[in-house]
Amino acid sequence: MRTWDRRRSTLLLLIAAGAALLAVSVAGGLLTEQAMATDFSRRDLAPCWGYPFGTDWMGRDMLARTLAGLSLSIRIGVLTAGISAAVALILGTVCAISGGWADAAVSWVIDLVMGIPHILLIILISIACGRGLWGVTAGVALSHWTSLARVVRGEVLQLHQAPYLRMARKLGVSQGKLLRLHLLPHLLPQLLAGLILQFPHAILHEASVTFLGFGLSPEQPAIGIVLEESMGYLALGRWWLALFPGLSLVLVVALFALLGERARLLLSPASAQG
Amino acid sequence: MTPILTAESLSVSFTRYGRGLSRVELPGIRDLSLTADPGQVTAVVGSSGSGKSLLAHAVLGILPRNSRMEGTLLYDGAPLSPRRAAALRGREIVLVPQGAGCLDPMMQVGPQIRRGRRGPEVRTQCRQALERYGLGPETETLYPFQLSGGMARRVLIASAVMEGPRLVVADEPTPGLDARAAGRLLSHFRELADQGAGVLFITHDLELALTVAHKVVVLYAGQTVEEVPAEGFRTEKGLAHPYSQALWRAMPRNGFQVLPGLQPEGLDLPEGCAFAPRCPGRRPECGRGQIPYIETDGGRARCLFPGEVSVS
Amino acid sequence: MRHRLGFAGKKLIRMALLLLGTSLAAFLLMAASPLDPLQTNIGQAALGSMTREQVDRLEEYWGTDTPPMERYLGWLGSALKGDFGTSLLYRRPVMEVIGQRLGSSLWLLLTAWTLSGALGFVLGLAAGANRGRWPDKLVRGCCLVLSSAPVFWLALLLLMVFSVWLKVLPIGLAVPIGAEAASVTLAQRLRHALLPALALSISGIAGIALHTREKTADEMERDYILYARAMGERHILLRHVVRNVALPAITLQFASIGEIVGGSVLVEQVFSYPGLGQAAVSAGLGGDMPLLLGIAVVTAALVFGGNLTADLLYGAIDPRIRREAAKR
Repeated sequence: MRTWDRRRSTLLLLIAAGAALLAVSVAGGLLTEQAMATDFSRRDLAPCWGYPFGTDWMGRDMLARTLAGLSLSIRIGVLTAGISAAVALILGTVCAISGGWADAAVSWVIDLVMGIPHILLIILISIACGRGLWGVTAGVALSHWTSLARVVRGEVLQLHQAPYLRMARKLGVSQGKLLRLHLLPHLLPQLLAGLILQFPHAILHEASVTFLGFGLSPEQPAIGIVLEESMGYLALGRWWLALFPGLSLVLVVALFALLGERARLLLSPASAQG
Repeated sequence: MTPILTAESLSVSFTRYGRGLSRVELPGIRDLSLTADPGQVTAVVGSSGSGKSLLAHAVLGILPRNSRMEGTLLYDGAPLSPRRAAALRGREIVLVPQGAGCLDPMMQVGPQIRRGRRGPEVRTQCRQALERYGLGPETETLYPFQLSGGMARRVLIASAVMEGPRLVVADEPTPGLDARAAGRLLSHFRELADQGAGVLFITHDLELALTVAHKVVVLYAGQTVEEVPAEGFRTEKGLAHPYSQALWRAMPRNGFQVLPGLQPEGLDLPEGCAFAPRCPGRRPECGRGQIPYIETDGGRARCLFPGEVSVS
Repeated sequence: MRHRLGFAGKKLIRMALLLLGTSLAAFLLMAASPLDPLQTNIGQAALGSMTREQVDRLEEYWGTDTPPMERYLGWLGSALKGDFGTSLLYRRPVMEVIGQRLGSSLWLLLTAWTLSGALGFVLGLAAGANRGRWPDKLVRGCCLVLSSAPVFWLALLLLMVFSVWLKVLPIGLAVPIGAEAASVTLAQRLRHALLPALALSISGIAGIALHTREKTADEMERDYILYARAMGERHILLRHVVRNVALPAITLQFASIGEIVGGSVLVEQVFSYPGLGQAAVSAGLGGDMPLLLGIAVVTAALVFGGNLTADLLYGAIDPRIRREAAKR
């Protein structure tokens, strides 16, 4: 009975969070023009009714910049988490099913990718792709699939040995059909939870790499750019330039993290007591 | 002689949250009464789910936080409040648990038995206790994973008797042991009783219990249904409650006849006698009201028609 | 003992192979970059002040006329002899730059690593022992916020509070990229390292705290804890739970060196702290490929070293493994 309750509240949370994130994403997208609009008559305003997040030294509305940045972050986060989940699914499954040297090779690559600190790896991949939007997307997507791939591999390995599937193979059911009919439905919940849990990391890393200057270009109103610019104005007491955009980012990331955690608990009954 | 332990209408229930905000009280023990005398082994017999372990936890004052205890629990004639239990446990009241799983896997046997107390006299005490059960001083440096099942039980008993306890609660101490090792373990309990301690031997194994017990208390669905001297189990006639009789008949030497049906659990208890649905001699009266715990020859039984159903 | 040595040997070989893989991967990624190191601004400025010989070597590794695999083998050949090339930005041998930078980063990393480990462990213990009650909720809430906050933003906040608002620490910390802190006293150095170390420590707490919480809550349910309570033992948390939770926690802390190193890249950038992380960013932005490659290999070595230590630690501390191995 408790599980049912949890299920419903998680579902509500999912819908609410999804709606909130969608709203931010859409609003931010619409506000991109406004986020770039400079107006020197209103520069350096502290937070007030007209501009709740204040304005910067070029008179740009920080609320619009924050929303636009978050929107960009969320979209990149969804894209990269999706790609890395797909990579994890494919490599994890290949690992588990083919075994042998393919398994060993992929496992070795996983170790390798985990051995380089994420930030550094993303920087390297981003450089390889010539930086910019595609650089950071490729970097984040290609550095976050490892742990999920391990989970998928373990899961498929276990399922693969299940008596009913062994029987089905003996009866001559094709590998592809087995994958589609039995493995995928089984993996889907795990994959979904993994996917949601990837968002926070993806978003944080995108912001970090952009902050360092390897990601989105300075013209774009990305959160990393906004915060990087604010650094130069901290000493002048413009605290709002860093505080509100950062806080909003924390909020978005925490929302995703909470969602992922709930989903994970719901999907693994053993830890449902948490 | 004052009994070392008396339980009168003891009940332990748990609060669980149901759907929404509703709370459900799950009874674990409903109506448990027994006495255990010093110098005697009192066996508490019941199948799993009858609330045996809860009794041990109640006596030691270590029931979980979401539980509620009602009724009377007396130790040495005075109420055993949780606070008093906390002061006595580990010294006067000790527990002998199931097995090696109850030892800290990362701690050597010696420090574990000494339970944080230091000093030369504690060390001697510890060595003597181990020696008493045939364990050399080298045992102190072993980790639990290095102990065999039998050794682990002996370590647990040694740990219990270190300070000369007056009440030993043994909660299913024999599973996993072969018959000979179990017999040896039980003789240790008998020996403790002979030296004056009261032993509460909680088990599901009636046959094993009868080899050492002076008295047998039978539990069914969280209630005591019969308290009888061990001699009562010599013949079926010596027993007053039909469940005890069924247990007797289920023993290998008495024909291995197993009673059909299952013990009720948790919330689906029938009205009246909890055993009535499975009782061969049930009558309409058995399905109504409270069944009193009445005196019989040498013991007590929770039955409206004690001793009448023995023919089957 | 021989068994243990064999285990360690195998792990070492694996680590060497992984390092080789790391260098190859990093090299290929850089070689694939459309940003030509010999054409980027800083690279070009550097070229002018280099000797002919240095420029030739650079061409050899990074020039476009030789195939990448061949270039990598050339690099590997000299790297195995200890020559990682010359940094374009600093115009000194890469290993010299890394050694110096690592020296100043090490203090930061070590403080943050120890502090976050100790604090996270204690918080996790408190939360796990009180599962479902307010200390647990508090710790979990804090961890959620901490793990959702980007490290560089935490660093910015600290900077705002301590340097701008309270004015306890010098504002000069936030000098823009490129400033060198060459001639400073030890006291100044400490003052400069205080906030970065704090930011890095805070960011590392959540992971270890949540892990310890989970483990502690599990241990609290074990039979031996109930038995210890039944026997009237005191200080059960310290005597039993810590003993059983510490090993996995220490192992995790060793295995998570990579995260602290990654965080240091960001923190050093915010505080313009002249460490390895900042050098990595400068190298990446300035197209200093030899330096970036060297840093990638060195940090990977740190991470693999941490993992190796974690593996070996288990064998050395856990009595179940230690005594079994001793028997052989």
